[in-house]
Amino acid sequence: MKIYIHSATAISPQHTFDGALLEDLVTYNTNRLQVIEPPYQDLLDTKLIRRMSRIIRMGTAAAIKCLRDAEIDQPGAIVTGTAYGCLEDTGTFLTKMVEQCEDLLPPTPFIQSTHNTVSAQIALTLHCHAYNNTFVHNGFSFESAMQDAVLLLREQEADNVLVGSADELTDISYQILTRLGLYKKQAGSNLDLFNTNTKRTIGGEGTAFFLLSPTPSQDAVVLEGMNTFYLSEHAQLSPERIAAFLSVHNLSVEDVDVVIDGSNGDAIEDGLYKFLQQTIFSALPVIRYKHLCGDYPTVSSFALWLAYSIIKAGKVPFSLHVKQPSAKRILVCNTYLNKYCSLMLVTK
Amino acid sequence: MSNGEYTDAPIYVAGAGIICAIGNNVGECITSFEQGTAGMGGMTYLNSLHKELPVAEVKHNNKELVVMAGMTASTSRTALLSCIAAREALSDAGIKNIDSLRSGFISANTVGGMDKSEHFFEAFAVDRNAGRLRNVNNHECGNITEMVAEQLNLRDQVTTISTACSSSANAIFYAARLIRHGLLDVAVAGGTDALTKFTLNGFNTLMILDKEYCRPFDDTRAGLNLGEGAGYVVLVSEKVAASLPHIYCRFSGYNNSNDAYHQTASSPDGTGSYLAMQGALKKAKLQPADIDYINLHGTGTQNNDNAEGTAITRLFAPHVPRMSSTKSFTGHTLGASGGIEAVFSALAVKHGYVYPNLRFEAPMKELQLTPETSFLKNAPLRHVLSNSFGFGGNCTSLIFSKA
Repeated sequence: MKIYIHSATAISPQHTFDGALLEDLVTYNTNRLQVIEPPYQDLLDTKLIRRMSRIIRMGTAAAIKCLRDAEIDQPGAIVTGTAYGCLEDTGTFLTKMVEQCEDLLPPTPFIQSTHNTVSAQIALTLHCHAYNNTFVHNGFSFESAMQDAVLLLREQEADNVLVGSADELTDISYQILTRLGLYKKQAGSNLDLFNTNTKRTIGGEGTAFFLLSPTPSQDAVVLEGMNTFYLSEHAQLSPERIAAFLSVHNLSVEDVDVVIDGSNGDAIEDGLYKFLQQTIFSALPVIRYKHLCGDYPTVSSFALWLAYSIIKAGKVPFSLHVKQPSAKRILVCNTYLNKYCSLMLVTK
Repeated sequence: MSNGEYTDAPIYVAGAGIICAIGNNVGECITSFEQGTAGMGGMTYLNSLHKELPVAEVKHNNKELVVMAGMTASTSRTALLSCIAAREALSDAGIKNIDSLRSGFISANTVGGMDKSEHFFEAFAVDRNAGRLRNVNNHECGNITEMVAEQLNLRDQVTTISTACSSSANAIFYAARLIRHGLLDVAVAGGTDALTKFTLNGFNTLMILDKEYCRPFDDTRAGLNLGEGAGYVVLVSEKVAASLPHIYCRFSGYNNSNDAYHQTASSPDGTGSYLAMQGALKKAKLQPADIDYINLHGTGTQNNDNAEGTAITRLFAPHVPRMSSTKSFTGHTLGASGGIEAVFSALAVKHGYVYPNLRFEAPMKELQLTPETSFLKNAPLRHVLSNSFGFGGNCTSLIFSKA
């Protein structure tokens, strides 16, 4: 069964929701990239917008827009991935619990802290009674959601599936993740991320949604394949593994036009990608993307959105500094924390 | 993404494991049912100021659980409970050649390592540079699953689902689908949740915690009691089942439907619950009259029991099957409840158990539904339905059938 991506939407630290594809890049001089929230009025009820926290707002809005773009009223299933869930509400409730000694706490942050809130709010907004699931598996949260979506289509349980991810970086999580040593010690421009030659990366957040179905259409992009590797001493991402992944689809690296890789500016971790560029990808243009959106557990959804958008637009944006003017087949190769690795292959 | 072919081949339950307030293993839980001993009581291990609220705690402190689980001292209680129950399930299944099979771990939880994170927060809320990082670096739900998968050497498909109180029911049916797609031969599936101040206070703000022991489906019910624990089944393909000395039952039907009514409240007519039960019946190719026992979601809140009871009446009346809420023993174990109740349901099919619904006196006025109040053995049960409904309108029903 061929799986088609009919639409893709992303809310990210770049202007990705509307308009020209990455024509003007947004520069940040901090290690924390935050999403640019679009005006929500056309997508969500005004009262809802006020009540929802940021992750719920952006996730629900991206999902609704994705459906509209695909001209679908009711999806056959809704599947979401989020590693951290609704952190703003979680942090608010935890803080109040400590400060107010478990007394007179407000219910809303607790209600909205539940990990499946984004998926649930999409269903509620659409009055959609269909299958609704949320995966919360760290750097594979989005990939797990994608796998569920594909399986649902293969089972013919749904004619189409709305699948996506949402993760937010809050003041609290940024402070904690900084203390845990995820981010660079010094702040510079995000656009210089790959020239820093220092360890660690920059933090990001975002949401992206996709409408998948087995029915072809004019503008649809084919999701040819997807695989995940949990990296450990037993499993490293190697040229052989990538070649094996392609060969399952009767393809070789020569059939790929562009690679989108998961370099994140960490001088050590990016060694993996440097090695791949010297070996299996030596003849291929490589797009790096984490300077645009920062790094976070469901960041591969941004990469898939980018791959879809490049194929659909029929051109690679100049801002990505790749010689290749357009691409028909793109291999997305992501790693998160040097542990969660996924390969996704999309083609026109 | 697999290239496997999907088939509707039968899936079997080959193993079961539980730890909860009424027992450290499956055998102890059944003894508690037989003796009518509930797990609720005063707070012993949870360090909350709301001592007035009864809770259904696992009767061990973390130090003891660390020894039972064989994990490191700083491990979240959520992971400790998970490891103990999942290991019991796996050893119960007794699959000798598991290393040569594709085995996965599909686990659910709702708050991950929150028991540790909230401890971290006591210091962090005062000073952003304070708090021991080791207490917060396993906050994510997925970390709990990964730690246990590692312990049990389950590698081929490992993932985590979190859909509030239906989480582990969804994990079990996702695991079954992975087997049907030929991606796994064996799956340990279910869920875990430890009691935390976060959830206790959260549910308390919703004013749905009963200060007395909960009374599911009773007219005087006044809310739920929170519990904790973990419950897992081992699901196997037909081929693996054929090689095993014993299996419990077939896992025949499942469905997830959304109520799409309110973030926390169920619709008055129980739309989501109705659709989930109806969908599971359809998946199992059964009629309502084929169900002989329903393990209710039955939390004891006004809203849930009313919506669930209404949906059951709509779907089953006039021939309503036997039913009971085992939450009257275990409390509501949130992300673990679907797993724990799947184990009870699988045992029900195998041994003809119908569990008592404690503290039931009078049916809800608007619904004439009377749950079973005594423990039955050897009841002729062909098919058992297990309900799990969660926040966000997330409604899941599972069906277990005689093999």
